[in-house]
Amino acid sequence: MAERPEDLNLPNAVITRIIKEALPDGVNVSKEARRAISQAASVFVLYATSCANNFAMKAKRKTLNAGDVLAAMEEMEFERFMEPLKEALEVYKKGQKGKKEVSEQKRKDKEKKTDSENDKSREEEEEEEEERMEEEPEAENEAEEDEEEVEN
Amino acid sequence: MKMSQNNADKDDQTSATKKTISLPVSRVRLIMKSSPDVSSINQDALFLTTKATELFVQHLALSSFNNGSGKDTNTLSYSDLAHTAEETETFHFLTDILPKKILARDYLNSLEQMQEEDADF
Repeated sequence: MAERPEDLNLPNAVITRIIKEALPDGVNVSKEARRAISQAASVFVLYATSCANNFAMKAKRKTLNAGDVLAAMEEMEFERFMEPLKEALEVYKKGQKGKKEVSEQKRKDKEKKTDSENDKSREEEEEEEEERMEEEPEAENEAEEDEEEVEN
Repeated sequence: MKMSQNNADKDDQTSATKKTISLPVSRVRLIMKSSPDVSSINQDALFLTTKATELFVQHLALSSFNNGSGKDTNTLSYSDLAHTAEETETFHFLTDILPKKILARDYLNSLEQMQEEDADF
């Protein structure tokens, strides 16, 4: 929950960077303009959330999903965002999936190795041990992410 | 429980979402949840809203600059934004937080005029 009103602001540094990237090089953005854009972005989030929530409620769902957000964009007449949003979501999903596949593959490879080549040199074994240690924190992250999805 | 959620947010930002979005999803989630009717938001919806907010910031900045008065001087000012909010249909919802600024003198004049008109009736 938001405890202070400034919790509902987006970080100025990030907003400034996004503005700079959108405008031609060398454009000067006044401090007042930057603050106004940041506030507008917060209002945009609330407006989009409320539109998306209406779609979820109509369908008698409690959880907002991707379709609700896309429908909200259409209702808000930001159709121009639809294509870039769909593309970004694809990339995002692939990234999530890819991460899982990579660690799965690593684990399988390792199982194979240990099954078939029991006469490994000590050096190789040490190497493998290191890899495994690197992998562990990632596996933990996934567990946490999964848990979060369930909560929501 | 709250701790583990916070951690998951941080992990999100440092891994998968890093390349495609730059605004913090945890903050966007906080803003979304401040809306009283919203009970829960799935990961994809949160990602899309964050991405949409970035596109919105770009779109608002660029159209205000292109239609604004600062093209020659290479500046984007508040009045350009207020102008865009008023003139562009899709940005109308911003008029409340981007009010056009007018001089106190002009405001007092128009107030006086209105009072005179009222008196006439």
